[in-house]
Amino acid sequence: MANRPAYQVLKMKLLNSLLMLTVISLLAGCGQRETRVEVAAREQILLYGNKTEPQDLDPHVVEGVGEHTIIATLLEGLVAEDPKTLDPVPGLAERWEMSPDGKVYTFHIRSNAKWSNGDPVTADDFVKSYRRILTPSLGSKYSYMLYPMKNAKAFNEGKITDPAQLGIRAVDARTLELTLECPTSYLLNSMASHYTWWAVHMPTVEKYGDPYKPGNKWTRPENYVGNGPFILTEWVPNSVIRVRKNTNYWDAANVRLNGVDFLPIESVDSEERSFRAGQLHRTEELPNGKIDAYRKDNPQLLRMDDYLGNYFYRLNVTHPALKDKRVRRALNQAIDRQAIVDTVTRGGQKPAFAFTPPGTAGYTSRTQLKFDLEGAKKLLAEAGYPDGKGLPPIEIHYNTSENHRAIAETIQQMWKKNLGVDATLRNEEWKVYMDTQSSTNYVVSRAGWIGDYPDPNTFLETFLSAGGNNRTGWGSAEYDRLINQAACTNDKQQRFELLQQAEAILLDELPLLPIYYYTRVYLLSPMVKNWHPNYQDHHPFKYVYLEAPAK
Amino acid sequence: MMQALPVTELPAPLTAAEPGVSLWRDAWLRLRKNRLAVFGGATLIFITLFCLVGPWFAPYRYEQQDFAQYAKPPSAQHWFGTDKLGRDQLTRIMYGGRISLGVGICATLVSLTIGMLYGAFAGFLGGKVDVVLMRIVDILYALPFMVFVILLMTVFTRNIILLFVAIGAVEWLTMARIVRGQVQSLRKQEFIEAALSLGLSRRRIVLRHMIPNVLGPVAVYTTLTIPAVMLLEAFLSFLGLGVQPPMSSWGTMIKDGAELMEEFPWLLLIPATFFSLTLFSLNFLGDGLRDALDVRTSKD
Amino acid sequence: MFRFIVARLLQTIPVLFVVATLTFFMVRVMPGGPFDSERALAPEIKHELEAYYGFDKPVAQQYLIYLGRLLHGDLGPSTKFANRSVNEMIAATFPVSLQLGGMALGLALLLGITAGVIAALRPNSSLDYSASGISMMGICLPTFVLGPLLVFAFALKLRWVNASGWFDATDRILPTVTLGIAYAAYVARLTRGGMLEILSQDFIRTARAKGASEVRIISRHALRGGLLPVISYLGPAAAGILTGSFVIETIFQIPGLGRHFVTSTFNRDSSMITGIVVFYALLIVFFNLVVDILQIWFNPKLKF
Repeated sequence: MANRPAYQVLKMKLLNSLLMLTVISLLAGCGQRETRVEVAAREQILLYGNKTEPQDLDPHVVEGVGEHTIIATLLEGLVAEDPKTLDPVPGLAERWEMSPDGKVYTFHIRSNAKWSNGDPVTADDFVKSYRRILTPSLGSKYSYMLYPMKNAKAFNEGKITDPAQLGIRAVDARTLELTLECPTSYLLNSMASHYTWWAVHMPTVEKYGDPYKPGNKWTRPENYVGNGPFILTEWVPNSVIRVRKNTNYWDAANVRLNGVDFLPIESVDSEERSFRAGQLHRTEELPNGKIDAYRKDNPQLLRMDDYLGNYFYRLNVTHPALKDKRVRRALNQAIDRQAIVDTVTRGGQKPAFAFTPPGTAGYTSRTQLKFDLEGAKKLLAEAGYPDGKGLPPIEIHYNTSENHRAIAETIQQMWKKNLGVDATLRNEEWKVYMDTQSSTNYVVSRAGWIGDYPDPNTFLETFLSAGGNNRTGWGSAEYDRLINQAACTNDKQQRFELLQQAEAILLDELPLLPIYYYTRVYLLSPMVKNWHPNYQDHHPFKYVYLEAPAK
Repeated sequence: MMQALPVTELPAPLTAAEPGVSLWRDAWLRLRKNRLAVFGGATLIFITLFCLVGPWFAPYRYEQQDFAQYAKPPSAQHWFGTDKLGRDQLTRIMYGGRISLGVGICATLVSLTIGMLYGAFAGFLGGKVDVVLMRIVDILYALPFMVFVILLMTVFTRNIILLFVAIGAVEWLTMARIVRGQVQSLRKQEFIEAALSLGLSRRRIVLRHMIPNVLGPVAVYTTLTIPAVMLLEAFLSFLGLGVQPPMSSWGTMIKDGAELMEEFPWLLLIPATFFSLTLFSLNFLGDGLRDALDVRTSKD
Repeated sequence: MFRFIVARLLQTIPVLFVVATLTFFMVRVMPGGPFDSERALAPEIKHELEAYYGFDKPVAQQYLIYLGRLLHGDLGPSTKFANRSVNEMIAATFPVSLQLGGMALGLALLLGITAGVIAALRPNSSLDYSASGISMMGICLPTFVLGPLLVFAFALKLRWVNASGWFDATDRILPTVTLGIAYAAYVARLTRGGMLEILSQDFIRTARAKGASEVRIISRHALRGGLLPVISYLGPAAAGILTGSFVIETIFQIPGLGRHFVTSTFNRDSSMITGIVVFYALLIVFFNLVVDILQIWFNPKLKF
């Protein structure tokens, strides 16, 4: 009995605090707030879910997709992208000419092209920028994008050291001449879509650090000088990156947005919830478990755009289980890709029966793989493993992710059910997985390849026998010859014919199992206008605008 | 209700004479009277049997997929519904329970044993030994766990033992600190002084008198360690250390289910119910055991 | 007392040294490097990058350079975030984690101790069962379930707060509550256990027999000893809670230090890993020292 008072006091305290909490909550709840997206739409600020915190905003240093989206608001290439087709349209250059042999391009820079600090954009800016990205000490991870340029590869690898030998020259302040190793039909696409081809303001870069070393501080918001439609105003890591309209941009009059806020929300689930809470106009992704619900209840918010990429499995052709081509083919023919895209990925992906996504710059592989259970069983028996008996153990290797796991579990079941082949699963953390893959220390390993530019070459050249991206132990002299010959062929039809032959070899030998062609699945607010689906998920922000819903 | 001994009496006999059968029988009788503890124990036995024996009667295999049954809510064919790959969740709960219960209990026991012995000796011996032992704990706390896990995975071949090593390596640390804190405060109490003056060996004092007297907080912390361990297992399995898919545990099922709680609530609710039921039962049983064994507690 | 603290501070030096050394070598033997990515890097470029960060030097020399830098408080550059140093990253993110962790810790102690004491006062009463039941629910609900649940209720249904971000004052509420509840449950259970232990001891009985009021007994005598397990638990827990939680920071998109703990390992950002670990070790040592002082203060029988 003696403890009564204490317990009553405590109880009262507890009740009091509960009461306070309720009152505070009720006060906070008074009146429905206007959501952030509505406010932002009135102010023409796009709220953009960007998924990852950028490593940096220096176009010559970074390598990611998220970085690309932000840098594309801050810098512009000589050539820009058409918002609908992504075809090359005039950017900082108002026009250009190509020599008849396709090896020399001359660009004429606009007289009103300016940096955000008011300096004019000159041909020399590009010459210096290209020298910078190709300088080995900068350690640019994407410098190979410039390799079509004459001597670019040799210079980047340190084999020649005189920058004057590079195929780039300022004819005068506003005329730039670019000389190539070989005629490259996708050059303009690549220049329009890829930040490696864009210039940086060298005086600024030189002011804030060594321009030829990583770790330069010129990309801080207080230092950044760009030439794109927007300027960098704020950068809080893991929180927000804000860009605002650049009044010095040559086409500023036609830029309709006042700015973009990039929110690097790493978790797809948090991003989706933030979208629903009215904090984002656009998400980077949508978890596949949520696609059905959106399709049913809010189809106007859901976007599923074809994307220039292939989800595939690498096969280690040096492994005893997979040495025999017939086994690789049997495994291939026993995968029901339609079931995978319908049930597991659910995002409108298309089953992949070739490596290059169909319709890449007008190219579709003639050779197509097939789903053929009877044939698969026969092939496996011919190889000496009837019903999978005697086949050395197969292990499916993938990096830690729920989606990769689900696909691996499904394929494991398909092989078991259709062929009697037992496979085990092994997941690894990303860098360990990369290590395992590049040392070909696996049997079957998950992979994905996103095209750098819209051309079959960006896919097919990965399987060159000496290429660092092959990683399967496979190689074919004939394949290498065809790819290299195509690279220097000016005529598009001829070039595609060579690539067709190469792809036929690849799909006959099967050092890989294509599974599906990627799509980009994301949420987009109907307030966002002038937004066009396309193969590279590029949406030049200078054309985009917002329309607030009528009250 | 309980037979409280006079407070002046020593909580554990100082002499070699064992408590004898009667003490354990007393405890057992007290435990049986605690309805919650009995309920907890019964539930635990039921869940364990369900997980061990259940799969023999299940009409599905845990990895068996049926694409027509994509994420279906509970029905007559699938009592607990199906997951996103059309697998029977009832079967997966039973298999997952084997992993979660096994890991939860074994890894906790390991960390309990290490932590208790380590903490008791550090606290009892005190002085320089204590300083060194506790600084080692500080160091182990600070070392990066993720790096450790990745190293474990790459240096050794994959094995469920690694899971215990990884979990054991972290979970005993706090236990050691708690036990040390308790032992330090006990050390100055009369009955320990008495034991010391009687010339009992230190090892004996620690094992016989210190540890039994810190069992209260230890029991509580143990019941807190089990859920932590089960969830840690889910995280480690996700990283590739632990159970390999298509096998899963309750932890991984909860983790996957949490992401789709609005679309497919049964994928979260069912594993979470089993998880919670187990923890509640363990807790009731733990409290009951503690009350039953601890002769000093009375309920006035 | 003074001597005790000085001695402990001196002990910090070998602890930090061992932690820094072990971490350095653990990171070096981890497979995969900072520059490995899906697109293979030309060997020449990789070599240049390694030279820039000093990874081309013999490991022993790298280690000495690292120790030298550490002595000057320089944690080195981040290999992932090219234009930032590790010092900068910690300086930018730690205050956020500290704020969140501080509020959550306060909430956890308030709720946890209150619930634990109430439960211990009337063991096995309905009040005890409800307090213990609620705290058990807190334990059964991992933060990655509780966080999204709270967001669903308060951000998506009631629309009182935002679902993510760290901009407005109201953005602090849900993460604080989520993190606080998780720890409150632990604190409550430990408090109840510790209090039960103390309340059955003879000096409490003596006090009761002397007719001391219950409030006085609890506040003057019981709480001190009863909170001992909580205090022991809190040392490392406080260091963890104040340096941020990966799960909470990910769910609520908070720019705290906790995320870097995990992502720096995934990125093989070696100076980031070692930098954060050394910083964390410092906090661990500090909080364990505070705890040990508290333990002595709470238990007058112990002497310095």
